[in-house]
Amino acid sequence: METAEKTLDEILTLAAAHFKVPRASLSPDEDFFKALGIDSLQTLDLLTKLENHFRVELPDYELQGVTDFRTLAAKIQTRL
Amino acid sequence: MGVKQFKGQAVSWQVQGGVIELALHRDPCNELGSLSLSELERFASALDELEKEAHALIVFSEVKSGFCAGADLRELYEQSQAMEKLQAARGVRDFLERIHRVLNRIDAAPLTTIAAVHGVTFGGGFELALVCDLIIADKMARFCFPELRLGLIPGFGGIPRLKRDLGNAVVRDLLLTGRSFNATKGQQIGLVSQIVGEGEALRAARATAAQIGKFDRETAVAAKRFIKPIPIEELRKEIDIFCELFSRPAVQAGLKKFVESTDAQPYLP
Repeated sequence: METAEKTLDEILTLAAAHFKVPRASLSPDEDFFKALGIDSLQTLDLLTKLENHFRVELPDYELQGVTDFRTLAAKIQTRL
Repeated sequence: MGVKQFKGQAVSWQVQGGVIELALHRDPCNELGSLSLSELERFASALDELEKEAHALIVFSEVKSGFCAGADLRELYEQSQAMEKLQAARGVRDFLERIHRVLNRIDAAPLTTIAAVHGVTFGGGFELALVCDLIIADKMARFCFPELRLGLIPGFGGIPRLKRDLGNAVVRDLLLTGRSFNATKGQQIGLVSQIVGEGEALRAARATAAQIGKFDRETAVAAKRFIKPIPIEELRKEIDIFCELFSRPAVQAGLKKFVESTDAQPYLP
């Protein structure tokens, strides 16, 4: 089982690569909508990317209101 | 341009090597409104001719964000606001009757039909994919029936066609939770025929259509007719339920909330 820190690190790396932003510019407690500059359709892309990477299902209603990478990692962690 | 080739504002089609390719290309994500519908009606009329020289149909999107985000809710809201309640209800029924005619025509076409999907495949977009015999999905495809958040049910034939293809428990899950799901889940539940890498859905659909072209056409048509009945009665019932629900104030409130939303996740139920 992955640790929460490893999950968080993988999310940041994945998001940076997918949305082509420098990995170093992303921090765990940052608002990922702003940090990645993504709209609602791109958010769905991120969700799919994360599900494919971690091989989990993330019902979108569980992620409503989640805006920072750390909370997102905690949500994913509960499904691993 | 004639029947065999068409370049519209929302959709285009052409026939090549016995395969009809219907492309969706209206920004932001192929929302289905009156313009798309009238061009799709034109396509449905052209099918009589197109079918004479084709064995397969591929439906795909040229828009980066996805296959289709469903009905044009902005247009639906604006038009319903500009009309009297009774007139708006009639307008919605008329729109549904028209789109059902188009989708039923594609559903029953004597062709093997393939939806090559990627990205957002929501609501009416999901329903368009469900009309096809096969769904080939990019691994970034995402499906959803978000209608319940608006106080509605899917109106373009979604429930009867899902019921045709899947177990009732799965249909209830997708419909009643309104949650979106990815291509892997789609394949697990028996909806997605093939999952391919990013940007590969159209290529895979073309390869599949070429393979299908090797088979005797009459046999393929007979097999399809045998195995894929059109659930006409349930489709009629769906229109009635949708129209009943649409007349309630809660729906107008839901549409208003969606149209005016500045939420970062308006596509999520």
